[in-house]
Amino acid sequence: MVDRIADPWGERTPYGPGQEWPVRVDRYLADGRTDADVDRWVQSASVLHSNGDALDIAVADGRIVGVRGRAVDRVNRGRVDPKDLYGWQANHNPDRLTRPLVRDGDRLVETDWDTAMGRIVARSKELLDGPGGWGHFGFYTSGQLFLEEYYALGVIGKAGLGTPHMDGNTRLCTATAAAAMKASFGTDGQPGSYTDVDHCDAIALWGHNVAETQTVLWMRMLDRRHGPNPPAMVAVDPRATPVAREADLHLAVRNGTNVALMNGLLREIIRRGWYDRDYVDAHTLGFEEMCRIVDGYPPRRVADICDVPAADVERAAELLGTSQRLLSTVLQGFYQSNQATAAACAVNNLHLIRGMIGRPGAGIYQMNGQPTAQNTRETGADGDLPGLRNWENTAHIAELARLWNVDVDTIPHWAPPTHAMQIFRYAEQGSIKLLWISATNPAVSLPELRRIRQILARPELFVVVQDLFLTETAELADVVLPAATWGEKTGTFTSVDRTVHISDKAVDPPGEAKPDLDIFLDYARRMDFRDRDGQPLIPWTGPQEVFEAWKECSRGRPCDYTGITYDRLRGGSGIQWPCTEEHPDGAERLYTDGQFNTDPDYCETYGHDLATGAEFTESEYRAKEPEGRAFLHAVDYEPSPEVPDDEHPMLLTTGRTVYQFHTRTKTGRAPQLDRAAPDVWVELNPADAARLGITEGDLVGISSARGGIEARARISGIRPGVVFVPFHYGYFDQDPDDRTPRAANELTITAWDPVSKQPLFKVAAVAVAKLADGRGVPSPAPTVGGSAPLADAGVPPTVGGPTARATSGKE
Amino acid sequence: MHLAHYLGLLHRAQVNLADAFRQVADAHAEEPDIQHLCQQQAQRCDAHAEQLQPFAVRYSEDAPDEPDRLHSQLFTGTRTGGIGLLRDLQDLYLMAAECDIAWTVVGQAAYGVRDEDLLAVVQRCEGETAIQLKWLRTRMKAAAPQALVVAD
Repeated sequence: MVDRIADPWGERTPYGPGQEWPVRVDRYLADGRTDADVDRWVQSASVLHSNGDALDIAVADGRIVGVRGRAVDRVNRGRVDPKDLYGWQANHNPDRLTRPLVRDGDRLVETDWDTAMGRIVARSKELLDGPGGWGHFGFYTSGQLFLEEYYALGVIGKAGLGTPHMDGNTRLCTATAAAAMKASFGTDGQPGSYTDVDHCDAIALWGHNVAETQTVLWMRMLDRRHGPNPPAMVAVDPRATPVAREADLHLAVRNGTNVALMNGLLREIIRRGWYDRDYVDAHTLGFEEMCRIVDGYPPRRVADICDVPAADVERAAELLGTSQRLLSTVLQGFYQSNQATAAACAVNNLHLIRGMIGRPGAGIYQMNGQPTAQNTRETGADGDLPGLRNWENTAHIAELARLWNVDVDTIPHWAPPTHAMQIFRYAEQGSIKLLWISATNPAVSLPELRRIRQILARPELFVVVQDLFLTETAELADVVLPAATWGEKTGTFTSVDRTVHISDKAVDPPGEAKPDLDIFLDYARRMDFRDRDGQPLIPWTGPQEVFEAWKECSRGRPCDYTGITYDRLRGGSGIQWPCTEEHPDGAERLYTDGQFNTDPDYCETYGHDLATGAEFTESEYRAKEPEGRAFLHAVDYEPSPEVPDDEHPMLLTTGRTVYQFHTRTKTGRAPQLDRAAPDVWVELNPADAARLGITEGDLVGISSARGGIEARARISGIRPGVVFVPFHYGYFDQDPDDRTPRAANELTITAWDPVSKQPLFKVAAVAVAKLADGRGVPSPAPTVGGSAPLADAGVPPTVGGPTARATSGKE
Repeated sequence: MHLAHYLGLLHRAQVNLADAFRQVADAHAEEPDIQHLCQQQAQRCDAHAEQLQPFAVRYSEDAPDEPDRLHSQLFTGTRTGGIGLLRDLQDLYLMAAECDIAWTVVGQAAYGVRDEDLLAVVQRCEGETAIQLKWLRTRMKAAAPQALVVAD
């Protein structure tokens, strides 16, 4: 028995370089059940983070009763994240929406599907009537639906309505990963494989608290660290996360200075001769210009900008520069921070100049934050076109038009798809009049929440929300559609390392709730979208038909699914794309021959200026003659749009705990997870806390130019001058008449990266003050993870207790 | 030698562009990307003007009187709303275009006087002006359909 709340990562199964990661099957069955009580196991994978851990759902008496990891799967070899062990219980929560709701004045009232869909369709047809009707529609979807659902939504928007205003909350989590890979390699698509952990001799974690965001990937890294010839480890993070504590070298940089650090590291590696000249000459473009930029960042200057010791910069460069098989992972510390795309591209640069790409152990994970974010990007439900196509390439648009049998000009391709923050801006200005939000909760997760609530509450804006629960966003909707969730519907999704899994339906959804795909298909039917021959544009009736259609859309593109079928996904391990006749079992790594997807006819973008987002033209791109070479991009460091001043002297960073996901719509309703991290907190460095007269558990006010919140203080190992607030906590479980401001995004700034358009959640200037004494009661922050108290704090440890007992072992 | 006049023209154009970028940043602060990037580009223009200053002084000694109608007024203040933003960006575009062609002209003159220092400044700065034009075009392309076809 193991308490996976007290120990989220479980027991170590050490292994050495080049060995296979040992199997460890994790299992949790509720209420003391055993395998004998389970009627059947239904294949699925995890949807509470982006790792793509394969698991089976235990069903008894028509209900989900637990989960176990799939030993056969390449991603997790049986292991399960604690969020997945316990999070499924939210499916049964009595708060589930079971009937559609429509607005009646200031109330939402239950109704039937015909009435709810009738209202949406009537408003849609009214808006579509007249020139520019397409521009009144905005769709804001998720990183938590299935591939089939995104693809159907993408076709509805792009070929049915013809609107470019489609994005996902993937904009908040993974837009920079996509932007950086397009910029460096020509298209989206992770070069690496999770098995690179098995082979590497050094791991660099760039703003990536993998221990809490992808626990199973961290288990793999820890198992290597506990085995023979372990990999060295470097962590860049302003917080003392489990990763930072485990690392051989921790660079606790000042938030917003990643580009300066990366430039300094690249300079050292080049000057010390630790780069691969032959690889650079044969496979990259832009080396001389990159050298010109990074040359301005000697260690002492980096130390000044980033506030880390110059000697540590040199040591990090040596560790990275002398490794033979370097693995990098990148996440929100880079993606949600200042100069996001440039910083993420700089990690690509590091691998390109060292030739550390496309072979075992030499890999890059430009990570995703959410389970199915990869598919939002691939299928074009966000700011991309289906099949990782280039909106500026008329031949790519013509392919889509042929595939969907619509006129080329039906498909919006005059500019990139509108990014989320701009969609909300158009809604604020009134030109977007119908905003359809599926499986996400912008009223808690977007920056500057007061503004977001005002936009959603505008009487002129018709808001449709499709979700499991009456979220903070759904409260402001005009129509609420009850959706089925994971375990209640069938579909596929894809992990960071391109592994495709199927998730089969295990149980029926509650009440009248419907799969998101059925809702989208119902809308398409009622809108009567037609193709060029007058036939239904969207003839599909179920997920497998959509998957087959998607395969055709993916054919010949980097994310080629044509060799995958539902049958092949059932029974064994997930399969990596591209899966084709050439790679019938999928391709483990991309760019193994140093040939990148930069051909002008194949690439996904003609490129941007990373400082402004200015787009280059096709002819400018062709003039570079990339010929399969990757691009090295470098820019100078520039300070964040907001830096501390006298009024707001500290820097706020936001993030996650291992026990919660997104805005807690599910994890906040799983008792073990909820108890482990029940309420918001704020982390302070002991020196800052002493200066402000704050001790553990005190009630603290945190305010920015946008708003203020209250939270109990956790004195932690965070760097001086920086405070951390988890972004999970909204208001659904507070008394509606007595809501205390506590959402981190009340404070965050409306600003975004010029290329990826990812909002800057990591660099708000705030003031911090004590409001009330904690009287010795510790803050609700977990003692596990980045929020761990200092060693001598005497805070009781976070444990799960009897109801959190799970099993773990070989089988 | 008339080089000083064109250096003066370019210098003033950079100063005016910096000022216009700042006015547009303030006027459209509700468009955060406009605000941030206009402020960023205003600083670029400041730096350009600063780098031109010593050359304007150096060549002014040899300069005859400034010809008539050398300078032109391209910016008379900001506007509001979606179409107002487009027009303001268009003003900035035209002002940046004036700088862009003036860099070309000054660069040619720098070759003529064999002034390697001035040539280095031109080569450093003209690319940044070209990026300003690109960024303005990119932003206007994205904004135009919504502002001109969709908005009430």
